[in-house]
Amino acid sequence: MTSVLYDAPGPRAKRRNVLLSVVFFVLLALFLWWVWLTMDDKGQLKWALWQPFTTSDAWTTYLLPGLGDTLKAAALAMVIALPLGAFFGIARMSDHRWVRVPAGVVVEFFRSIPVLLLMLFANEFYVRSTGVGSEERPLYAVVTGLVLYNASVLAEIVRAGILSLPKGQTEAAHAIGLRKGQTMTSILLPQSVTVMLPAIVSQLVVIVKDTALGGVMLGFTELLNARSTLAANYANVVASFIVVGIIYIVLNLALTTFASWLEGRLRRSKKSTGATVALEDATGINPAQVGGGFGTGGGDSI
Amino acid sequence: MKLRKVTVFATTALVLSLAATACGSSDKDDSGSGSSGGSKIKIGIKFDQPGLGLKQPDGTYAGFDVDVATYVAGQLGYKPAQIEWVETKSADRENALARGDVKFIAATYSINDERKKKVDFAGPYLLAHQDLLVKKDSTIAKATDLNGKNLCSVTGSTSAQNIHDTIAPKANLRENSGYSECIAALQSGAVDAVTTDDSILAGFAAQDKFKGQFKLAGLKLSNENYGIGVKKGDSATVTKINTALEKMVSSGAWKTAVTKNFGPADYKNEPAPKIGDIVK
Amino acid sequence: MFDFLQGYDVLGAFWMTVKLTVISALGSLVWGTLLAGMRVSPVPLMRGFATFYVNTVRNIPLTVIIVFTSLGLADIFGATMGASDDFKVQGFRLALLGLAAYHAAFVCEAVRSGINTVPVGQAEAARAIGLSFSQVLRIVILPQAFRAVITPLANVLIALTKNTTVAAAIGVAEAAALMKTMIENEAQTVAIGAVFAFGFVVLTLPTGLILGWLGERLAVKR
Repeated sequence: MTSVLYDAPGPRAKRRNVLLSVVFFVLLALFLWWVWLTMDDKGQLKWALWQPFTTSDAWTTYLLPGLGDTLKAAALAMVIALPLGAFFGIARMSDHRWVRVPAGVVVEFFRSIPVLLLMLFANEFYVRSTGVGSEERPLYAVVTGLVLYNASVLAEIVRAGILSLPKGQTEAAHAIGLRKGQTMTSILLPQSVTVMLPAIVSQLVVIVKDTALGGVMLGFTELLNARSTLAANYANVVASFIVVGIIYIVLNLALTTFASWLEGRLRRSKKSTGATVALEDATGINPAQVGGGFGTGGGDSI
Repeated sequence: MKLRKVTVFATTALVLSLAATACGSSDKDDSGSGSSGGSKIKIGIKFDQPGLGLKQPDGTYAGFDVDVATYVAGQLGYKPAQIEWVETKSADRENALARGDVKFIAATYSINDERKKKVDFAGPYLLAHQDLLVKKDSTIAKATDLNGKNLCSVTGSTSAQNIHDTIAPKANLRENSGYSECIAALQSGAVDAVTTDDSILAGFAAQDKFKGQFKLAGLKLSNENYGIGVKKGDSATVTKINTALEKMVSSGAWKTAVTKNFGPADYKNEPAPKIGDIVK
Repeated sequence: MFDFLQGYDVLGAFWMTVKLTVISALGSLVWGTLLAGMRVSPVPLMRGFATFYVNTVRNIPLTVIIVFTSLGLADIFGATMGASDDFKVQGFRLALLGLAAYHAAFVCEAVRSGINTVPVGQAEAARAIGLSFSQVLRIVILPQAFRAVITPLANVLIALTKNTTVAAAIGVAEAAALMKTMIENEAQTVAIGAVFAFGFVVLTLPTGLILGWLGERLAVKR
């Protein structure tokens, strides 16, 4: 990674870097050793605590069904929230007041309520006004809660992404006679997708993690909920948290890796079609404003 | 061109995943509607409380609540194979009954006045007390010993509130999200005692992993009358369950279930409570 | 209709939420900015560490992190935050630590994207007049970057406000913990939920609107 922020390291800086790295890794090794000793001292490394994870029962009874529910809820929420978010984001930029204002109200409202409570209300809604069966209801409620919240965050991401494009794009589109809808679908959206992608991916990771809220009150048997059942059985709370934490990391890293691969494809294909937005322009526009959700994760680094 | 290819790929993936999940859920619907055709009964229990309601590694369920529920269901005319166990978290119990998600709930469900406004109770089938679980060599013997000691309970639970308000306001109370976490803290020495209903504590202490490590202090800090929750107004079911519970006690099955589930913890259970006899 | 509120200190619970939010927001802002600095620093080690930190922490559910501070840091590693004999204080401080550590990863990403918005010429000019890396960052880049990332940071702040509810998992007496107590006692899940949802709207809606307006005002027009 070459940066405009500093000079390329010279011989002295290189030596210093190596020295720093060595010191750091020695300290890290000492620290890990201490962690290991302390955990051993507290009896957390006893094989009986970890052994369950080598049995197939622990996986087939608790973890895999939990993971399955987590994935199902997350996938459904993503698939529904993305288009809905794009819709609200675009609606918020409408020229018509009666479209813009309600869309803004919806977005701001659902962004400010904790997702857990949204799920609770969604659950109650399904009970009172629909015939969704009791087995399916937690999933429906969890997905609804996630969609309402994340669609409104995604709406902000989309809006910021489109606003970040140079004004000339819209003007040129109008000049060649495109209508507003055409300008949006064939000029603005395709260009802003690459800018938005890192922020969108962050939000997708948030969706995966937030499925865990479904287990708190609704009894949705996602991964973290399955963990508590597992830990009650094997009496290995700390170990189970560590294992489940690792599963989440792997899952989300897979998601972000896939997304950055997709982003790379999009960027490259854009270049090959001779798109007018050169790389300098792309950095000149304002990806920061795109961070509608959580911070944007640069696709290159994930 | 390439952009289009990616788009096509992404759309296909989305459609496929939608289709897959749609299929998945409709499959489940089928089996659901098929099973509810009179031959199955849904019962709400806890899934994560050893000794009371626990989902075991082989996928079966065990515990005192489970045994009671199985017996009652048997008296109502359902074989064990016809029972579908549903996890009912504490916060969701009243709603699950009101919605008709489950026929009845046996999930450490203490009868109290607020709850009685929302649901009807059969039983009680067990009289539990708030108690302390301490290490085998602990010197804590009475409630006042707790002042200044470290204590763990579950966030927002009645037991935690009791400690705060009356039993030992000066105790250093820590609230965790689950009993497993509290037990872990007790094991690591971070707390001196865990408090909640003695039945729940006995269930943990009786687990293989903890055998011989903990003991119950045997204090009767409160009275918790475990009842079987039934939808408000369904008095026919309440009557049937009460009859079943009486039979369970008189036939000795009740005693067997208590010994089986709490026995290893040296738990001195109260005699089987009389139906409708709520100890304040 | 709202008689179930009697006898509960709802305002006190929300005050705890506010305290958690403000202090951990400050903590995560400082730590997150440091991480962002590391991510663009000339030292490969720092870059590697910051990248690893962000990618790990961001991908774990907050609940796991918060519970770890209690069961792991405090119980196993003895990091009782100077309050080993008072769980109320200890839980509060551990929650602050967990919340700040978690949201710092998001602050870092927001700030870093802000750094990317500063035109290349700014950094080049700064280096041309002989400023060192930390000077370039401190004097030239970050002040401009922050003005660009007010909106994303506001979003992190809103998320942080709502995420304080997770602190209930280790017994901090904030809004969500009181909500659980009330539901346990009153058996009225939805009405109680509505009251607390309203409380969070009151807390977060102005934050979003004010900071959104501020972000637009302060943005460096290019």
